[in-house]
Amino acid sequence: MEYVNTVGLRLDGRRPNEIRQLRAEMSTLASADGSATFEMGNTKVLAAVYGPREASNRAQTDTSKATVRCEYSMAAFSSGERRRRGKSDRRATETSLAIANTLEQNILTELLPRTQIDIYVQVLQADGGMRCAAINAAFLALADAGVPMRDSVAACAAGYLDGTALLDLNYTEDGGGGPEVAVALQTGLHQVLMLQTDSKLSMEVFEEVVELASNGCRAVAEFLRTTLLAHVGRLSLATSIAKSEA
Amino acid sequence: MLQSKTFVKKTKRGKILKVVREHYLREDIYSGSPLDPECDPASFKLSPDAQRYIVLDTNVALHQMDFLEHAAVTDVVVPAIVLEEVRARNQSVFQRLKALTASDFKRFYVFANENHKDTYVKQDPGESPNDRNDRAIRRAAEWYSQRMPGKPILLLTDDAGNRTKAIEAGVEAMSCAAYARLREDVPELSDLVSAGLATQAEQREVGGGAGPKKKRRVFEDHKPLSEVTAGIKAGRYHQGTLRVSRFNPWEGYIACQSVEQEILLSGRGALNRAMDGDVVAVELLLEEQWRGPSAHLPTQAELDAADASEGEEEVLGEDGGAHIAQVDPGEHYPGVAGAAGGDDTSAARQPTGRVVGIIKRSWRTRGYCGSLQPPRVPGASHGPGTASVLVCPVERRYPFVRITTRQAATLSDKRIVVAIDAWDTDSLYPTGHYVRTLGAIGDKETETEVLLLENDINTAPFTPAVHACVPPLPWALGEAEAADPARADLRHLPVCSVDPPGCKDIDDALHVRRLAGGNLELGRRIDMLPKPLTEDICSLRSGVDRLAFSAIWEVTPDAQILSTRFTKSIIRSREALTYAEAQARIDDERLTDDVSCNLREMNRLAKILRARRSERGALSLASPEVKFEIDTETHDPLDVGMYQLRDTNQMVEEMMLLANCSVAEATLGAFPACSLLRRHPTPAPRQFEPLLRAAAAAGFAIDASSSKTLAASLDGAVRASDPYFNKLVRIMATRCMTQAVYFNSGELSVPEYHHYGLAAPLYTHFTSPIRRYADVVVHRVLMAALGLAPLPGSMRDRPRVADTVDNLNVRHKNAQLAGRASVELHTLIFFRGRTVVADARVTRVMRVRANGLLVFVPKYGIEGPVHLDDADRAGKEGVSSSAPAAVDSAPGAVPRFVYDEEKQTVSREDGGVAYTIFDTCAVTISVEETAGNRRVLALRLTDRAQLPDGERMG
Repeated sequence: MEYVNTVGLRLDGRRPNEIRQLRAEMSTLASADGSATFEMGNTKVLAAVYGPREASNRAQTDTSKATVRCEYSMAAFSSGERRRRGKSDRRATETSLAIANTLEQNILTELLPRTQIDIYVQVLQADGGMRCAAINAAFLALADAGVPMRDSVAACAAGYLDGTALLDLNYTEDGGGGPEVAVALQTGLHQVLMLQTDSKLSMEVFEEVVELASNGCRAVAEFLRTTLLAHVGRLSLATSIAKSEA
Repeated sequence: MLQSKTFVKKTKRGKILKVVREHYLREDIYSGSPLDPECDPASFKLSPDAQRYIVLDTNVALHQMDFLEHAAVTDVVVPAIVLEEVRARNQSVFQRLKALTASDFKRFYVFANENHKDTYVKQDPGESPNDRNDRAIRRAAEWYSQRMPGKPILLLTDDAGNRTKAIEAGVEAMSCAAYARLREDVPELSDLVSAGLATQAEQREVGGGAGPKKKRRVFEDHKPLSEVTAGIKAGRYHQGTLRVSRFNPWEGYIACQSVEQEILLSGRGALNRAMDGDVVAVELLLEEQWRGPSAHLPTQAELDAADASEGEEEVLGEDGGAHIAQVDPGEHYPGVAGAAGGDDTSAARQPTGRVVGIIKRSWRTRGYCGSLQPPRVPGASHGPGTASVLVCPVERRYPFVRITTRQAATLSDKRIVVAIDAWDTDSLYPTGHYVRTLGAIGDKETETEVLLLENDINTAPFTPAVHACVPPLPWALGEAEAADPARADLRHLPVCSVDPPGCKDIDDALHVRRLAGGNLELGRRIDMLPKPLTEDICSLRSGVDRLAFSAIWEVTPDAQILSTRFTKSIIRSREALTYAEAQARIDDERLTDDVSCNLREMNRLAKILRARRSERGALSLASPEVKFEIDTETHDPLDVGMYQLRDTNQMVEEMMLLANCSVAEATLGAFPACSLLRRHPTPAPRQFEPLLRAAAAAGFAIDASSSKTLAASLDGAVRASDPYFNKLVRIMATRCMTQAVYFNSGELSVPEYHHYGLAAPLYTHFTSPIRRYADVVVHRVLMAALGLAPLPGSMRDRPRVADTVDNLNVRHKNAQLAGRASVELHTLIFFRGRTVVADARVTRVMRVRANGLLVFVPKYGIEGPVHLDDADRAGKEGVSSSAPAAVDSAPGAVPRFVYDEEKQTVSREDGGVAYTIFDTCAVTISVEETAGNRRVLALRLTDRAQLPDGERMG
């Protein structure tokens, strides 16, 4: 398999430093406190946030700050007939923890003692880069729920195939056997919230890949910002209409 | 702009999947020509002054690569879809096409038509992928003509339908042959156009409805691939890679998993156009039609007769005579096939089959070396104009190739390269085209090039980029290296190197030193590479400082290894010795200088190590190595002789083995999953059969159950009266061995690492990085193991390591074959014009066959077939080996010989003469010119008494 062809294009026609097409929609679920769908190419993720609300388990209630929980799962239809993963999947559990951990660092949890925030992430369509798409979707859903946060969060992955660092791998490239590094950044504070990889890679390659993934994060953050602004614009418009009617 | 590609595919398990992939269309894809005002200057590739821009289609790229590589074909647009299709269909053509696109002066521009927003075409419902791709290529050509209205755009395609459609769309289109004719400035371009598909298509065009003259069918049609795969699944057919006998082009074997034994394919009809290396599907014949392999040596005359009749057959065929050209095995070549079928019923029969389909052709893209078949009527020459001629390949295992050329007259005494394009059912020979001329037949340079090409050895010079990495000469030790704390300064040690005489890449330097505790320190240094590197900088020449990698062992006086250390080092070799010089120093007791004492000490240790090794069961095998005395002026060989082995050779070898084993251990310890090692698989018991049978006939029992017992039996196989007997047995044992191979430690389990011949659990190649790439890889891994450098990323990439290892093994094998072929060539040159008689004291029978012997002449390292009937025809000497001679030699014309397989003896019916394996005999050696401009070394049995005294060798 040739992942980067002679003219420097990838299998789907992108250049190595390009991310897939991004789409997002906010407040997609009426019953949740906050919700969003986020798409990176053919990967589509739905996130719903409940809370901050009173902690359900009194014994585990943290008196000093809010508890952030995440449940990540893949819909049975998400990968077509490729493979089916249940909720008890250990990989899903691990991803849930990573998402909760990443976003908890960005939430001003100390403002919300004795509460709990539940984030539910469901992958509707899987085409690589689900973990990063889930973080981006969850961030939008948290913002939609009005949870106080320090900064905007954006996540993006990058890999290394055919001697080239590739941004935002899709499913085919993911199966290429090369290393993949997922990065989540607080783009305003320039803090790394998450940096994960399952493979061994040399220092030079690692630095190149992380640099590329960080650039990807910044591009995603820019998109998230415009999405949020558009959403807020729509909200204020709706409020002003409501006021004028009242 | 985003497009999505949806298609269904079947998984390996047979499930049907729907796959949806994104497909991005872009605006930043340019035409690559300065004539296009919108083109980004960075992507300029096509010349603005070109007469026209050519757009390729896939079939042209696949089949006309030799044509495209001609220097006159420039300014070509390669649509990305073509590149992609070529990659999927033929990897080697893809590499060549890629090289063309990378070349600056060929100006092949890859146009990413599939990702351009204006040239992307969507598959219409009901349209086949092929039609869609053709449309995409036409669309790209159209786009170019719209983009650059002033410049003619030419779509090059051999598909007439495609051309019509292109012309309808307003794009000029032409076939390769038509384009070659158009280019009157380069007449040789026409020769390079692949004949296969192009001419057929053209003929069809010209002939219209009536079609060309109806031709006879020579071969049966191949079954369609779907039927073949279904048949293989159902067990009706068997799949395997065809190996054709080196001596008999119409006998091949296939090893496949579905049948225990190898399947024999005998005769032109059974082979059904399959050639050596092809992956074929074979149908087994009924058991009563099975036959044994030929126990008969095909004689030169028979082979020539076969070659000659090949040509004739074609003539008859073209006359349209009532001749049936379908050749039944065993029927047509009484000499060759008759032996296989007729009197051989006693021989073991084996599964016999015929080819029903070819799954994968392995026609060499680099072509086949050969020469034009001389005209049948002596004196007649090829006339001017276009002629259809047969090319007789150098390697007998390949069939003749029919080519069309305008240069027949000039090529008749040349070695040329031809490529094969097609082989139709109505043609006795594959059709091909001329690629290039190598030089005059018989010329040493030409023939050397032939053997390099035949063995696939790349002799292209290093690129300037590689040379740029090499430090300039004269090279001296830099301050930085000297100061490197990881580098041990060993310049004070009395190091010396021992190599063959005349060796330019000195790579074995040794030292030994007595340590305070009575222990000894033993060292071995090693240091590709472009010439300045191999012959100067890395060559451990005497008296100069050189950077090296040292393996240092601390050993007790009885050679028990206490510790091993590897280090980068700086050394200064005291002396560069040859094996002979080193031996002289060891032998001369009066010399007491450092180097001599060291050598003596080292020799002593080496002997202990060697003894210990053979105790473990290491085999000491023999192979006939020869050396040539080369004339300094003409570079022609003056004399041939066996390579002489001295103690010092063994000493250096012992140190080398020690270093290699230690390094193998060290790298494996550090990187269990990615060390490059070398293993020698234990041969299967049946591989020893020839040896056991031969030894049994000579009255010795050989126990080959383990390397240790084998070593012991080999040591025991001694005839007091015959000092050379043991060596012969060892040579024979060597032939039973499997090939040692490189492998990646991660791919196999630990017990499989074993090196059978050396009886070592671990082994690798470390000591000759100047001349073997494997050693360079091992050096890098060892560096990483010592923490001196990071492990190269390529070693972590398992598929890539696997590729490297496969390539190493293939190259190693090819190098060996080429080495052998080169020895053969030099032997031929040596014997050209002289006839030598090797007498009974130096010539041995290595194998016995029904009608001949395989004899071995150790003095020259020659091994070859001798025909018993030749001996009886001694009186008729002088009859050249042409077709009439073949008739004379047919069985029955001379006293028959009886072959006893059990005793490995062949004796004349009347009891006159008998030859047994390991016997001595006398042969005459001379060079004979045979049909098709092949030169062969002919051996003939000679009655020693008949020789004039002067001709006898002492």
